[in-house]
Amino acid sequence: MIGRWQFGITTVYHFWMVPLTIGLGLLVLVFQTLWMRTGKERYLRGTKFWGKLYLINFIMGVATGIVQEFQFGMAWSEYSRFVGDVFGAPLAMEALLAFFLESTFLGLWIFGWDRLSKRLHLAVLYGAVIGSWVSAYFIIVANSWMQHPVGVELIDGRPRMVDAWAVFTNETALAAFSHAIFGSVAVGAAFLLGIAWYHLWRRRVDGIDTVDATGRVVVGEAPDVPGRDKEDYHVWWRSLRLGAWVGLVAFAGVAVTGDIQAKIMFEQQPMKMASAEAACEDTTDFSVLSIGDISSNDCDDVFHLLEVPGLLSYLANGDLHTEVEGVSTLIPQYQEAYGTHLPGAEYLGDRAGAEIDYQPLMIVTYWGFRIMITFGILAALGAAYALWATRKGTVPASKRLTRLALWGIAAPFIANSAGWIFTEMGRQPFVVAPNPTGVDGVFLFTQAAISPGVSAGEMLFSLIALTSVYGALMVVELKLLMKYSRGGVAAAMPELAETRKKPEVHSDDDVLSFAY
Amino acid sequence: MEALPVIWFVLIAVLWLGYLFLEGFDLGVGVLMKLFTRDEKERRVLLNSIGPVWDGNEVWLLTAGGATFAAFPLWYASLFSALYLPLTLALLALIFRAVAIEYRGKGYSDAWRSFWTNAMAIGSGVAAFCVGAMLAVTTTGYPLDANGDNTGGPFAWLHPYAILGGLGVLGFSVLHGLYFLTLKTDGDVRHRARAAAVRFGPVLLLPLVGWALLVQSQNGKTVGWLLIGAAAALAAAAWVNLARGAEKRAFVCQGLFLLAGVASIFTNVFPVVMPSTLDPAFDLTVYNASSSTYTLTIMAVVAAIGLPVVLAYQIWSYRVFRRRISTAHIPEPHVIPVAIRGAQP
Repeated sequence: MIGRWQFGITTVYHFWMVPLTIGLGLLVLVFQTLWMRTGKERYLRGTKFWGKLYLINFIMGVATGIVQEFQFGMAWSEYSRFVGDVFGAPLAMEALLAFFLESTFLGLWIFGWDRLSKRLHLAVLYGAVIGSWVSAYFIIVANSWMQHPVGVELIDGRPRMVDAWAVFTNETALAAFSHAIFGSVAVGAAFLLGIAWYHLWRRRVDGIDTVDATGRVVVGEAPDVPGRDKEDYHVWWRSLRLGAWVGLVAFAGVAVTGDIQAKIMFEQQPMKMASAEAACEDTTDFSVLSIGDISSNDCDDVFHLLEVPGLLSYLANGDLHTEVEGVSTLIPQYQEAYGTHLPGAEYLGDRAGAEIDYQPLMIVTYWGFRIMITFGILAALGAAYALWATRKGTVPASKRLTRLALWGIAAPFIANSAGWIFTEMGRQPFVVAPNPTGVDGVFLFTQAAISPGVSAGEMLFSLIALTSVYGALMVVELKLLMKYSRGGVAAAMPELAETRKKPEVHSDDDVLSFAY
Repeated sequence: MEALPVIWFVLIAVLWLGYLFLEGFDLGVGVLMKLFTRDEKERRVLLNSIGPVWDGNEVWLLTAGGATFAAFPLWYASLFSALYLPLTLALLALIFRAVAIEYRGKGYSDAWRSFWTNAMAIGSGVAAFCVGAMLAVTTTGYPLDANGDNTGGPFAWLHPYAILGGLGVLGFSVLHGLYFLTLKTDGDVRHRARAAAVRFGPVLLLPLVGWALLVQSQNGKTVGWLLIGAAAALAAAAWVNLARGAEKRAFVCQGLFLLAGVASIFTNVFPVVMPSTLDPAFDLTVYNASSSTYTLTIMAVVAAIGLPVVLAYQIWSYRVFRRRISTAHIPEPHVIPVAIRGAQP
């Protein structure tokens, strides 16, 4: 149980950094590519500013990612033994083909401003961003094999990979990868939108930008403040519009891929989807609001207050009248297929022979699913509203709206986390969920997966240590992100704030263009 | 087909070698930020000497871990779960260290900087020690039962061997960091690094030599003796070259010393990857801990293509940042102008 909390906390935490890395990386790339193509100062400034925030976040993803690579073996040794033949491969490939690319090329990018040609410097950023996308693919291939094991045979009680192509083109993985990528891009887009809104608003309240009688923006400048010139306006204006449009596109992508994923999931893990609906009995209707005590996890306590007829059937099958099996129907099926008790093996300790509860925690799956969808929609509505509200060239001078835009950054984060928690918790009690059409016996209960040789005390120690360190670092990261966000472009470009003349010819005696 | 597990054993040894060679010096530089520097500028010289490359170096560790999982899942499972506590410490240390590198320069107060200097130095030292301890018990044995699980309790790793191995990697890293600084920095830092490496070199390598001799005495292969002999000669050559001021040659010798030392340890234990102290029948070997031939084949193809590419671009990255850094190259810290720090919305 401690092990599960630890895995959950460390993974969800890691998954706060990751979507921002993936999404913001893409957008920094857009800025630098635009700078390369147009040579306009505004895009260079955008690259530097967003790049700075990107790096502040990136390092936390790196630091928490190391834990991910090792904790399977540390806390889940039985799991590692069971799945190693197939699960280790994508993990190793992720390190070899993605992490090296990402980290080496990002190092080149950070320190390479005056060492590489403009073109090469852009190319290394492409390398780094592609690296982070490739890494997302490999880790989702690994995770999807836990959701839906394919390409294996059972030999000596352990799955052995026999078809790598099937593992790497697992339809679960392709759907989840595209869903996660769109979700991540939505995070990056909301980040741009919120912070750019803040700066446009600051320019208005500081009296730099004004609006004429028709409400159109009149761009001004404040010569005494470093970086607050007319070009500065264009940095934020481009960022805001880019963020809003990309946010809308990403939402469309999330919705389409999410629908595909849901239909796959109804087939592959019917129990997950039934409990996402708190659907105890077979039904075709989608529950908008359920009352009663979902937290009791007891079907007798759940009442659907508001339902959309046929919608659930549509989500699952694409029509309005095919019944979706409910939890009460599924439990006997699962019991017959996968047993009612854990095996009595010695390594399971006092968990040996325990009864298996096939129903995931309904309160988590039901609300996780709804929170994901709600906050995803909120982010998209926010983006659409931002496009409309800024149609005359700047943001309204409203403090409340600015607050909203900044808090709006949280919406896609919440949606991402909720989705992740939903899909992981919905898989319980399995760590490797059975494939209904796959090889018999390829599944593993979470309770049977943890390390037999690790004591509860050790787990508790690492849980407390990791959680408190993560918590403290979270505060530090947020503070730095806020500090550099507020500082604007000049915070990321010392040359804007200083009168220091750049030498025409570079020599080895120059000070570094960037140094820690 | 018994060749594949052996090939993978060699590959994993290569990954560890790459890790120890590359991150060895940046862990060392991390420790030296506390022990060696005299002022803030010097600390920043050290930090920036590894700035562009440290993250790529650390991936060698992740790859060694991932490759062990893919190629020897039973080894991965037993090793990492048996070493639960030291690994947790290593992970915490690596987290602090990574964050220190990026965040240290982003605050203005002395307290902020000295906090992250400590995080960097302690994080680097603890990480080096724990990695060494982990490798040492891999070679000297652990109370594993038939399932490959630790029966010795949370502190079974706290054995003299592990401490020897931990000190071995820590000492090597600090020395390697000094060698690196003689190559990558200029001015006073470079000269002091050279003097320190010459002065403390023999002492810093002592635990590593002790560990290699211990493994040798337990296994006693002839080829092991040859490798240890070669390692000792190379360490001496590195030392002599450095004393004479031939910094590049010294660094190469130091790298070859590591190669011979790691090779001696890995050849001596082969084919056992993790001996059980309870019963030799419970030993994990390259044969009984490995993945299927199919998986090993696929991974071998991926590694054969991927590893040379990685090496190529990492070497390129070292070439791009090949110039020496001195205190004169370090810009003034960048302070965000007060005028634009902005009010709370």
